[in-house]
Amino acid sequence: MTYSGDRILLGSQRESQVSKFRPWVLFVVPAIAILFNFYIPLFFHFLGFLDLPLLVTVYFALMRRSPIAGTFIGAFIGLAQDSLAKNPLGQYGIVKTLVGYFAASVGLRFDVDHPFIRLLLGFFFFFFHEFFSWVLARALLGQQVDFDLMSTLVLGILNAVVALFLFHFLDRLRETI
Amino acid sequence: MDSLLNRYRNVTVLVLVIMAQLVLLAYQVKSGNDVRLIRVWAVTAVTPLARTLEGIRSGVTNFIGNYITLHDTRQQNREIREQLGRLKMENQFLRSELSTADRARALSVFQSRSQSRTLAARVIGTGAGASSKVVFVERGSVSGVEKGMAVVTPDGIVGKVIAAFPVTSEVVLITDSSFAAGVISQKSRAHGILRGQGSGTCRVDGVQNEEKVEVGEWFYTSGDDRVFPKGMPAGQVKVVRQASPFEEIFVDPSGLQNGLEEVLIVLEGVHQMVPDAPNASAAVHLQSPPPAADPSTPQAPATATAPGTDADRLRDRYKAIGESQNHKFGEGLPGSKPPDFNAPITAKPKPPLAVPPTPPADPQ
Repeated sequence: MTYSGDRILLGSQRESQVSKFRPWVLFVVPAIAILFNFYIPLFFHFLGFLDLPLLVTVYFALMRRSPIAGTFIGAFIGLAQDSLAKNPLGQYGIVKTLVGYFAASVGLRFDVDHPFIRLLLGFFFFFFHEFFSWVLARALLGQQVDFDLMSTLVLGILNAVVALFLFHFLDRLRETI
Repeated sequence: MDSLLNRYRNVTVLVLVIMAQLVLLAYQVKSGNDVRLIRVWAVTAVTPLARTLEGIRSGVTNFIGNYITLHDTRQQNREIREQLGRLKMENQFLRSELSTADRARALSVFQSRSQSRTLAARVIGTGAGASSKVVFVERGSVSGVEKGMAVVTPDGIVGKVIAAFPVTSEVVLITDSSFAAGVISQKSRAHGILRGQGSGTCRVDGVQNEEKVEVGEWFYTSGDDRVFPKGMPAGQVKVVRQASPFEEIFVDPSGLQNGLEEVLIVLEGVHQMVPDAPNASAAVHLQSPPPAADPSTPQAPATATAPGTDADRLRDRYKAIGESQNHKFGEGLPGSKPPDFNAPITAKPKPPLAVPPTPPADPQ
């Protein structure tokens, strides 16, 4: 993980290079992330805190730097996650759609290759995701769920740290143009 | 107009995608129906991968366990665990039978009883999402599983089927915040509603403050919910607090204590009595072990004329013992000498029995 500059804001449009991925990467990586959430916590309970589908959504949205692409990536991953949970379809879908959109918008303004920015965004979007899921569950679906601020903050930090390494790994799969 | 749409293209797409999902959400909430097709696609796409992963995992662990570290100890252990599970269920059933066998009124209850028909299923995945308390099991509608069926282990209730796909079923766990089941306490017979809390413990609602529920007491399913058969262990009380309007009771669910690898789906549930005696952890008075098998004791398998259920056969056996020893059930005073259930039956011939005398567990 090498990074030479210290700037976190993009100076010009030329600096905001769009990362391209092979089509299979866009399908296989989210599928693996969803499968991870589906299967791995069964045997390693401590990995249940990891929201890989969310991190993958954030990564692709940041790298594609296209709010429309981010919107669709988020919607696709969120709906897939919904269909494997007991949630009504759309609960995670809506939240991840927003995450995808905002992550892509952020990607247009910040240098998302900077490790600190990635750490910060990983934390922010995890918190945003959990908070908005809670708002949706209470306001739209009338579910009596609690929002544990402290554990969300801790899980946000853990997910952000994992995001740092995951994003670095996923960087190897991109083709910068 | 076009330039306006182009200018706000991103926001327009975002709003459209969110609106579409809101409509989908509203449809499900309003109609109470699920968009089953999408779920079937997703589950059908994911489960083969999960099965493959599970196959690889179990293959590797079996190989290491069986051939490298402990040769065949793992296989032996699994068999013993399966046997223990079966014996626990049988023990649970027999204990409840024994606790009520001395009461004449219980005999009539036996008539309509038989043990629940269950289907063993392996857990192959958990629901996506950090707060999700659902699991997927490898049996589906092809095996006769239907939505709403109870899922148990020999230790207690686990959850219920919320969706049955062709070869997979989705089970919501007892700890999920949407889960609810009717329960009854063992000592005070207080009725309540067991609810998951999204954490490791469950809560029992609806128990009046006047009802006396103690820490350590067991809750059993009451059968009121028409999902779980009556008399299955639900959990042990950890905390009891007086509150308004109902008592605050927190229960440690017993069905999840030993992990979730294999579960039983109750295809046809049969209600049992909630046992009077304390559960497995407490001392239980049992008769001394029976003498060596007596060839004169009828042990033949049930014939067409014999009653169909274990309970019927047990009732006939007790009846025969009572008649042979001139004991009338329900008439003895408290403290009077009970009949010797281990003595050979010497009176007039009885209908053949299918249940061999079961060696009782060691009195603790």
